Amino acid sequence: MDDTIKIDYTVSPDDFTRAGEASSDLKNMLKQLNVAPDIVRRIAIAMYEGEINMVIHANGGTITVFISTSQVKMILKDSGPGIPDIEKAMEAGYSTAPDNIRSLGFGAGMGLPNMKKYSDDMHIETELGVGTTVTMTVNL
Amino acid sequence: MLIKDIIELLDATLVYGTDIDTREVHSGCGSDMMSDVLAFVKDQPVLLTGLCNPQVVRTAEMMDIMCLVFVRNKQPGEDMIALARQRNICILTTPHTMFTACGLLYAAGLRGGE
Repeated sequence: MDDTIKIDYTVSPDDFTRAGEASSDLKNMLKQLNVAPDIVRRIAIAMYEGEINMVIHANGGTITVFISTSQVKMILKDSGPGIPDIEKAMEAGYSTAPDNIRSLGFGAGMGLPNMKKYSDDMHIETELGVGTTVTMTVNL
Repeated sequence: MLIKDIIELLDATLVYGTDIDTREVHSGCGSDMMSDVLAFVKDQPVLLTGLCNPQVVRTAEMMDIMCLVFVRNKQPGEDMIALARQRNICILTTPHTMFTACGLLYAAGLRGGE
């Protein structure tokens, strides 16, 4: 694991126009590392949905990415309100996003389901009032 | 379908784009909900949308969408055009509504790619 690359990103709170910059940066880096295009796309989409979630629900946060020869691991950590019912949040179409977010094209209740769909493994740790950490792994 | 064909079929205006004579889309997608767009990976699609904000260009970037069409002549902002230029994503605007624009492309042979 000596060749593992570690990258840290900060997701700015309440700046919807800038959401996606971290995913964009990671996508470019993976392309440069010659990762297969369909895998790059899956990673980019999963992380982008996560980034959007952090802006909408959690006042931003941090993302740490580990890239090794066998996998890409993304750890998205926020100090937001936490998820009261993970099972419900995982249902396609279930959303607690406010109306102004819907008018921006998100909040369809597809964020977490999409993240799960595009990653090989997804794990959520959450505590009400403390925050949420989502760990996603995609095999290369 | 070539991007130049889309421009002709939709009476569209090219806001930004290069190589429209050679770049080809293989499928189409019409939606104002970016999460729905992100839920279905398609093969080299064109995205038609009535939503006009920077996250549309970001979504296109993540999905490898090479051409965006804004319906009802919605005009993208300079920030959106700059982002599209960086990522080499074509931007078109059409006076048609979403329904009509999608119908015109479908009638010309473009499919959803599901």
